[in-house]
Amino acid sequence: MTVPVVSVEDVSKRFGAVQALRDVSIAFHAGEITALIGENGAGKSTLMRVLEGEHRPDAGKVLVDGQPVQLTSPRMAHGAGIRVIHQEPEIIPELTVAENIFIGDIKARAGLFLDRADLERRSLELLRTFGVIDVLSPGQRCFGLSPALRQLIEIMRALRPGARLLAFDEPTSSLTEDEAQRLFRVIRRLKADGVAVIYISHRLREIIELADRCVVMRDGSRVADEPIAALDEQRMVRLMVGRPVSDLFNRRERTLGPVRLALEGVTTRRVEGISFEVRAGEIVGLGGLVGAGRTEVARAIVGLDPLLSGQMAAGGRPYRPREPADAVAAGIGLVPEDRKQEALLLMQAVRDNVSLVVPDKVSRYGFFSRRRERALVARHVAELRVKTPSIDQAVSKLSGGNQQKVVFARWQARGPAVLILDEPTRGIDVGAKAEIYRLVESLADQGLAILLISSEMPELLGLADRILVMQGGRISGELAWREASEEAVLALAMRSGRETIERRVS
Amino acid sequence: MTDTATATRERAPATLFGLIGAQNISLLIALVVLLAIFGALRPDVFFTPRNLINIGLAVTILGILAMAQTVVIVSGGLDISVGSIVGLSTMVLAVAAQETGSIPAGILAGLLAGLIAGAVNGLIIVYGPVNAVIATLGTMSAFRGLAYLMNNGNSIPITGDGLRTLGIGTLFGLPFAIWLLIAAMAAFIVFTRETVVGRNIYALGGNPTVARLAGIPIRRYQISIYAMSGFAAAVAGLVLASRTMSGQPASGSQGLELEAITAAILGGCALQGGKGTIVGAMLGVLIIGVLNNGMILTSVPTFYQLLAKGALLILAVIVQERQRARSGE
Repeated sequence: MTVPVVSVEDVSKRFGAVQALRDVSIAFHAGEITALIGENGAGKSTLMRVLEGEHRPDAGKVLVDGQPVQLTSPRMAHGAGIRVIHQEPEIIPELTVAENIFIGDIKARAGLFLDRADLERRSLELLRTFGVIDVLSPGQRCFGLSPALRQLIEIMRALRPGARLLAFDEPTSSLTEDEAQRLFRVIRRLKADGVAVIYISHRLREIIELADRCVVMRDGSRVADEPIAALDEQRMVRLMVGRPVSDLFNRRERTLGPVRLALEGVTTRRVEGISFEVRAGEIVGLGGLVGAGRTEVARAIVGLDPLLSGQMAAGGRPYRPREPADAVAAGIGLVPEDRKQEALLLMQAVRDNVSLVVPDKVSRYGFFSRRRERALVARHVAELRVKTPSIDQAVSKLSGGNQQKVVFARWQARGPAVLILDEPTRGIDVGAKAEIYRLVESLADQGLAILLISSEMPELLGLADRILVMQGGRISGELAWREASEEAVLALAMRSGRETIERRVS
Repeated sequence: MTDTATATRERAPATLFGLIGAQNISLLIALVVLLAIFGALRPDVFFTPRNLINIGLAVTILGILAMAQTVVIVSGGLDISVGSIVGLSTMVLAVAAQETGSIPAGILAGLLAGLIAGAVNGLIIVYGPVNAVIATLGTMSAFRGLAYLMNNGNSIPITGDGLRTLGIGTLFGLPFAIWLLIAAMAAFIVFTRETVVGRNIYALGGNPTVARLAGIPIRRYQISIYAMSGFAAAVAGLVLASRTMSGQPASGSQGLELEAITAAILGGCALQGGKGTIVGAMLGVLIIGVLNNGMILTSVPTFYQLLAKGALLILAVIVQERQRARSGE
């Protein structure tokens, strides 16, 4: 057995109450592609941060060429040949493509001046390798490049000499099928050159196609490490979730009531011609890639983005919001994507956060009634089983799952007719996720109309009665839950068309 | 994040200690130390009732401004035009009283002028949109210019017993002005602690996006808050005019914005918004009032007083930032 290029042995890492990594041991060999899968919060990202020298493990060690090393800074990890390509590329818009690729390694003439010729030569080589020579030129500024191209630049940056372990963190989440295939060719060549590759992705088909081996993580532990031939998609999912996915959801036919929310030809600066209806008791899923315009649909509905054309109706009446206050008044609630930035008042208590949208229920003539407020908040907090020592606890001290329940409790207290959920389980552990799913189902059973935006395929497939798929700011198709599958959703989300061409030339 | 802001705002003030709040204890200690120092330096005059009433009168104007400023800062804004609005409102009062021959009409006009000036600030900030510091920096100069223009840069004397009574009259041995301050304080405390609008202002300053998505009409709130600040400045202007019996374009009101902001920040207002209390600001006001009075009594030259006031503001912010870093907000 050869000595692995990089390995981790019994690595553990804890953040406050969360055990992010628990005795994880994995070896990464030269010329091998190791897929790393697991749900959000399973510990993949933390492991990457340990390898990158961003986090130091509480216990265990990292070995390079069989020798224990202390990676105390990203610079050290970079020097040891460990490179991580992140999901969100860090591209400086004012610099050129070549400068972005070689930043930190730009040669100077006479010790002072940019050696443009050298930069251009080196970057042309890379651009040719990636087959994007006709789309990107070395001297072009990076301002306004599509996510796919930005991702590519980040990858080229990581490929600079000395790379021995390359980790890709969901590199294809914003790529089209064509672009992904091109990326795979590059990864296979890296493998042939003897680089150890870590490939993190939620797309299991890709993994089966590309990887040699698959490591599955769940709740901070490594739960499987097997050759790819020994796995199929179903088993991978079961290993990730810890139980068959179907157990998380309570799939049954729902009785639908009248239309609660209707959009017709809604167009804003970011989305175009959006039409759909959500009925009482119905969960309508909104799928698509990141950046497809799903959140922007929610923004239009709650009055954050003005309508350029089209119309909406809420509860059967014309509805034209100019402010989110209009949405709240019309019985539409939003659980936003970014809990900490958009949903919670972190400096304040659970109580303030819940009672925020029901001033009329906790006051008289504009003056607070503490007694009423306490009673109302306590009831909803208990109903949703929010784990908090008291309703006076600062909301920032709660776990992600309980924070999200506080946001749900807020809308429960208000009792809206329509609830828009934007990535409701982002950054939440598996246990709390299951609770949120049951909650969403029971809200629908109570007759709420629910619009569910999610990037997590099992969630979308498991909860929604029908799924609208978006691409490039438009709805590219609709699937009833019986005909919906991961493949069907992805196919609609990435259907090559006008948008793809536009992205290429942009 | 700390929960002290919430805690102090919410716990029922059963005792004086509860009303002052735990995080204000250090302010109270600073105040006692200052009193002790100046008391020791000028034992002959400092603690005389007359001097204490002087301090009380001196902090009336500043107190009203600092409480309004606290609300503005809690909402995530800043109003540096308040000193100019004080001057402008005294001029409007004087002119209107002169033209109509009626003191009540003059007072009404002065208050209205402050309200309008504040609303103008709010409209610029919301619909510009212009950063609050820049907007009110601009209007600080503009309103002062307007005040000078009203009588070619000169002050205007006011005659009329109504106003004089307001300036020198007393009730139970305390000047009217101090009663006004006490009433304003009670109103501000109830407003920030007990009303829905007050609580929504904390939400607005804590995170405007969250507040907006929760259905709080944040633009209307912001405009109203600056209008309130302008109105409070006009009330302060009324106190100033009643004491000088004149409309003063600049004298007596220049530099008040600095003191008001210093008091609010001393009192625990976070410039990021969402945090701050009226009681804290009033303790800050008392510290500044005692410092001003003490420095005059101990014959510290005016220029040094300016130096000390500037240093105090910066020091207050440094202390607050340190505390914030330590509590890991």
